[in-house]
Amino acid sequence: MMLDAFPHAMPAEGLVGGLLIGLAAAIMLLGLGRIAGVSGLAARAIGLADGGAPRSVALAFVIGLPLGGWLIATVTGGVETRFADSLWPLILGGLLVGFGTRLGSGCTSGHGVCGLSRLSRRSMLATALFMASGFATVGLMRLGGLL
Amino acid sequence: MKRALVALVSGTLFGAGLAVSGMADPHRVQGFLDLLGRWDPTLAFVMAGAFLPMAIAWMVRGRLARPFADNAFDLPGTSRIDARLATGAVLFGMGWGISGLCPGPALTDLAINPLPAMIFVIAMLAGMAGHRMMR
Repeated sequence: MMLDAFPHAMPAEGLVGGLLIGLAAAIMLLGLGRIAGVSGLAARAIGLADGGAPRSVALAFVIGLPLGGWLIATVTGGVETRFADSLWPLILGGLLVGFGTRLGSGCTSGHGVCGLSRLSRRSMLATALFMASGFATVGLMRLGGLL
Repeated sequence: MKRALVALVSGTLFGAGLAVSGMADPHRVQGFLDLLGRWDPTLAFVMAGAFLPMAIAWMVRGRLARPFADNAFDLPGTSRIDARLATGAVLFGMGWGISGLCPGPALTDLAINPLPAMIFVIAMLAGMAGHRMMR
């Protein structure tokens, strides 16, 4: 499937991958009674969060992420990952993502995937804000000639 | 042990979904946020795809006394809105836009493109540690 206006988009792969992500989050919710929130589970896995999931559960989930990526890369012969050439977006972006997701209690998975489908007011606001902030940031980078 | 196995299956499916959907590619994610440039709508399809199973799961959850593989549901509240939530979301969005990465794809990319993913993940954990020290 192609979108004529956006030839580089992957709508079919996006839908299928999204279904897998939703299924993964559903297993976490119905199996373990928890939100599949990656920032919280990552913090918990490495000992930067108190309470929440048991360490073993958080660690197992976090180890699963690269395992799943590796499986798909192996089966399909490679997954495209185009990173910025310079270091600063990785370092500055990483610091902001780490700090911001802890302060705001969630990221794209917890607030976005799990919270929106729960119709959580809190997650709807968080998602609207991080989306708006992302659009504004990339817009400014585009206008400033950084992209 | 059983709980860790369920979490491992969930995490693996999650990582696989990110890799299949193109969301492991920071350039593509940043493209979704690039309204003034090369806009790439793929992320919207991913969110729509993920919404469906989760909407069903929330309905099923309402009929369950406890989860299948654990003793009780342990879920965050849905209503409290404060400055921390808003500030955190705005800062996260800035980092997401700058890098094209959020925590799930970054961890998934450790197995696909280890060096840049590792740099991002270390910075992300430092940001999390910074938040913990500030409290």
